[in-house]
Order: sequence, then C-alpha cells, then structure tokens
Amino acid sequence: MSNQPLIVVEGLAKTFILHNAEGATIPVFDGLGLEVSPGECVVLAGESGVGKSTLMRSIYGNYLPTHGAVRVLHDGAYVDITGAPPHQVLDVRRRTLGYVSQFLRVIPRISTLQLVMEPLLENGVDPIEAQERAEKLLGALRLPKAHWDLPPATFSGGEQQRVNIARSFIRNYPVLLLDEPTASLDAENRAIVVQLIKQALDEGAAMIGIFHDHDVRDAVATSLFNVSEFKVAA
Amino acid sequence: MNAMPKAIAIAQAAPLLRVDKLTKSYGHVVGCRDVSFELRRGEVLGVVGESGSGKTTLLNCISGRLPPSSGAVEFDTSRFGLTDIYGLNEPDRRRMQREEWGFVHQNPRDGLRMRVSGGANVAEPLMNLGNRHYGKMRSATIEWLERVELDTRRIDDKPRNFSGGMQQRIQVARNLIHGPRLVFMDEPTGGLDVSVQARLLDLLRELVRDLGLAVIIVTHDMAVARLMADRLIVMKDGFVVETGLTDQVLDDPQHPYSQLLVSSVLQI
Repeated sequence: MSNQPLIVVEGLAKTFILHNAEGATIPVFDGLGLEVSPGECVVLAGESGVGKSTLMRSIYGNYLPTHGAVRVLHDGAYVDITGAPPHQVLDVRRRTLGYVSQFLRVIPRISTLQLVMEPLLENGVDPIEAQERAEKLLGALRLPKAHWDLPPATFSGGEQQRVNIARSFIRNYPVLLLDEPTASLDAENRAIVVQLIKQALDEGAAMIGIFHDHDVRDAVATSLFNVSEFKVAA
Repeated sequence: MNAMPKAIAIAQAAPLLRVDKLTKSYGHVVGCRDVSFELRRGEVLGVVGESGSGKTTLLNCISGRLPPSSGAVEFDTSRFGLTDIYGLNEPDRRRMQREEWGFVHQNPRDGLRMRVSGGANVAEPLMNLGNRHYGKMRSATIEWLERVELDTRRIDDKPRNFSGGMQQRIQVARNLIHGPRLVFMDEPTGGLDVSVQARLLDLLRELVRDLGLAVIIVTHDMAVARLMADRLIVMKDGFVVETGLTDQVLDDPQHPYSQLLVSSVLQI
C-alpha cells in the first residue's frame, strides 16, 4: 500500500454571500490545509458553528469553496473537486469518494434494499450479487428484515441513519467523509458502525469525520484537526 | 436490457450534444442569449428558472423545433457524427429526430395523437422507422406499456379515456420505444397531482438509469430538478446565470437569482 495521501486540501477558503439578505457576508474559514493518507481517520474538532460541516461539504463538492483546492486521488491522479467538470466530480463520487451525511435524503417509493444496492448497480455489479451484499450489510446493521422492502421515509432517525451508513459501506470507497454517522444510534449500533469504520481503515481507506460522541471519536480517530484554527472572524 | 450503467457511460463518453453561443430573439425580445454547454451520453441536465426565463425557447431551439437567431446546436448523429443540426437538410434532420431523439411534452395532448388508441400511439414511432412486422410491434408495445406500469388490457383504448398521469405514461412509452439516445422533457410532471407526479418521477428516474439515456429536462420545480438531474443550468431573462452539479447549485447557490429561487421553495 502506497502512503500517498488520498486527499489533499490546500489553501481552502469559504465565505457565504447572501445576496437576498442585503449581501450579508459570512466568512467561515481561510487558508485551510489538510492531508489524509490510507488508513488514517482525521476527526474534525472545534465547537459548533466553526465550519466542520461546511468543510465536509466543500470537500464533497456540495459547497463551492471561495478559494483553494480539494484534490482527491482518483485512478492514480489527483482530481481537484473544486474545479473539475460535473461529470468528473460525479465519477469521483461514484467510485472513490463516499459520504455519510447526518440525514438520509429519501426518494419516494424506492425500497431500502434498492437504495443500498444502488451504489453497486451504478458500478456495474451484477444485481443478484448486489442484493446479497445489501442484505448481508443490512442484517449486520440489525435493520429489521420487515423494513427492507419499504421506502425509509417513515423509519426512525436511527434506522434511516443505518440505511445511510449501509449505502456508504456497501462498497469500499477509498475515501470516506463521515458527518456524524452515529449521532442517532444507540450504544450497540454505534459499536457495529465503529467496527465497520475500523475495518475500512484496516483495508486502507482514508477518512475525514465529525463525531460528537467522544467514545466513537476515541475509537476511530488517528488524529484530530482543529477547524477553529482557520476560522475567519466575522 | 444490457445498457451500460448510467454513470459509467457518462464517465467514458465524448459529448453527445454541444450547444455553442445559442441566441434566439423574437424581434427585439430575447428568448435566450449566448447559451453554451455540452451534454454527455447518459447525463441528465436540468434547466431551471421561472416562467419567461427562456427555458422553453432554449429547449425548442436545441431540439430542432425552433431555428436559433445565431449560434450552433451540434449532435453526435449516428449517420454523420457530430453535426450542426440546423446545417442538415430538412429530411435528414427529421429522420435524426425520429430515430435518435424523444420529446416528452408537459401536456400529453401535445405529444399524443388523440384519435388513435394508446397502443397505436406507442407503436407509431416503430412504424415511422420502417418496421412492418405487426406481431413484433405489438409485443414491443405491450412490453413498453408494462414498463410504464399501464394495464395492457387497455391497449386499444383512446388516450382521452386515460387519466392525465396515464396519458403521460403513454407519452413516455411512445418516446422511448425506439431506443433514443437523447430525450427532451418539458415539465413532464407539470400538470399532475403530487402523488401521480412522484410515481412518474420514480419511473422516469429508473428508466433513465437503466437505459443510460441522456436527458434535458426543463422544470420550474426544484424537487424535480434534485431528483432527476445530474447538473443544472439556471436561467433568468434569457441568460444562463449559474451552472453546476445539482446538489451544489441547490445547496450552495452563488447567483442572487439562484439563491432566491432555492430559498423560495416551500418546506413541508
């Protein structure tokens, strides 16, 4: 396993400009740099509102940074998420960069099993194999079997979160962003997710995470990264 | 169906459609101005903006239905390669539209022939492409009625005897049966009840993924845009004011107008 970083953040700045609120300017961070190598899990630290989620979303390409670069190692070459064309960003997300958000964005009528299979189907995995793997993972995450054929819209917060986790751990993304993946889980389910994270790290994944739960953080973090050091005074 | 998974097709493909500095004015009124973008195989592009922003003018120009005042629309045709569609002669352009494109209108009455049966509406594109084997066309029609979740026993009913949502399914089947590579959709769920709309969107989403279709979908509904599109262009007063990945445009819009558009969506 090469120790080349899988993700390199350089000189990243993000300022929100709210044009419909009299052009209010909300600076979040500036000059932020970060590297994550295979097997590392960098946990973002800093109080609420410091910009941890903004940083995650800027790395995923969900937010558009004001300056700087987010380079992700994809097919042996770095792709700058902040400047790559949309189809390339989507390709990076499909094969390299996974993201567990706090909330599941549900699609009406699509069953839980289908949702979990989707990342495999998009990567050309045979539907029968995809279903077997999805069932195995949902079982490991102790999601009741009776739920598998239902759309997750009516599930509890913890159940939805496990569906979200299953979607991201169903295949081995080389880079994973985890935005409070255990926030609404009970202790037993948290332990299962910690095991999944540790296993992925052993297999060489690079991760950036936000965990408010100190036990989970201590169990998976290889280092802490204090976002408030790059905070821009408003 | 052994189409390549959609996302793989996008990553590998060269541009399927290239729009270059497209402008359309009606006298001194501007429909759309200086619009340029590329579309790849299997990619779904959403065009959003309020009424009068030029979305429909743009769609009509790109789909060969309205000659632009200036600029070019190039499509990777199977017969001539990447070609300016308005440089083709009329028969060649019409043939390309029939063979390689589909167009789903907001109002099914604009896209269906109301005097012939639902089944005939679905089968007609095959006949237009020279198919003459009645049995094969009928089985293809039945297969497509099933894919769009319509009761095949109603194959001989006229479109007016179907509900709005069902008419829209007939229109979708009619526009996909011949295996197009690019489908235009103008507010395809616009006139439907919310529950019917959700089912149709799921169906469209599935078909687009399974068939690896490239789609240009015009909508003023941000939820439809989020569900269907890989990327968006936001139009205002005939101009493209913002483009980008769908989730980036919706979660972190940059232009004042996009911010207004996104913040105006009602939450339920």
